[in-house]
Amino acid sequence: MKVGVVTFPGSNCDYDAYTAVKFVIKEEVEFLWHKSDNLLGSDLVILPGGFSYGDYLRAGSIAKFSPIMDKVISFAREGGLVVGICNGFQVLTESGLLPGALIRNKHLRFNCKFVNLRVENNNSPYTNVCEKGDILNIPIAHGEGNYYNFDGDIKKLEDNGQIAFKYCMPDGTFSTEANPNGSVNNIAGITNEDGNVLGMMPHPERAVENILGSTDGIKVFESVKRFLNSKKTAGIT
Amino acid sequence: MNNNQKVVVYVRLKDGVLDPQGVTIHKALGQMGYDEFESVKTGRFFELEIKDSVENIDNRVKEVCSKLLVNPVIEKFEVEKA
Repeated sequence: MKVGVVTFPGSNCDYDAYTAVKFVIKEEVEFLWHKSDNLLGSDLVILPGGFSYGDYLRAGSIAKFSPIMDKVISFAREGGLVVGICNGFQVLTESGLLPGALIRNKHLRFNCKFVNLRVENNNSPYTNVCEKGDILNIPIAHGEGNYYNFDGDIKKLEDNGQIAFKYCMPDGTFSTEANPNGSVNNIAGITNEDGNVLGMMPHPERAVENILGSTDGIKVFESVKRFLNSKKTAGIT
Repeated sequence: MNNNQKVVVYVRLKDGVLDPQGVTIHKALGQMGYDEFESVKTGRFFELEIKDSVENIDNRVKEVCSKLLVNPVIEKFEVEKA
């Protein structure tokens, strides 16, 4: 697979994502500059974490007007795989590629720690090597990761299986204690209706080697690889 | 002195959207002994200066609000001519 990692001014997890793909997943990877209008044939586009455009106005609100985002939005609308991690998730909601909004953490603190995520849907291109109910240990690092949406829309997400991950206790149960930011229904990551766009606040690219404390993030990348391979085998490239 | 037009855009969270900053400020007021405030809501405003020659600014202002200044999922806005 070929992965493109977008660099906005203020992105700071672009190298983490690049390094994870290149040295751990051992796949082809390129940086995509925000002023470029070429996705370089990427099969997967990663919008990385950081503080694009200084988080001015609202996190992710300015990045959506970058030239590269025009291409990312059309790519996503055509079914291309796009994952937004942390600030990337904020860019995806601001761009309208994912529903809802990410507001200030309920307790107002910037939260940087490992959390437990329960896989809620293993049918997506990003979770297919997991079992439903698997618990992944992956770090978060954000101040505005409180997923908000209206009741009716939350129900739609639940009913459509668009919730990929929820914050949980180590035993897989849900509680407010397991919820690091106040997100509705402990939501940590969602996909669009077609499943090709994923946004998640936790950082899978920071959990890819034992020395980092966990290797559970690899499953997200391996799922994408498996998805793309099965597409190729089926001849739907 | 120029005759540029000015508008102020006030942006507020929609009813029902959690405002953690407002809640925290409200708590702080309580701790300071100001018990008379029932609630605090935060928001932001933008002052826009518009070239004098431009007519029908209302639609243009509304356009930039919905495209950039406001996140319509969680926020609402009001425009006031200064």
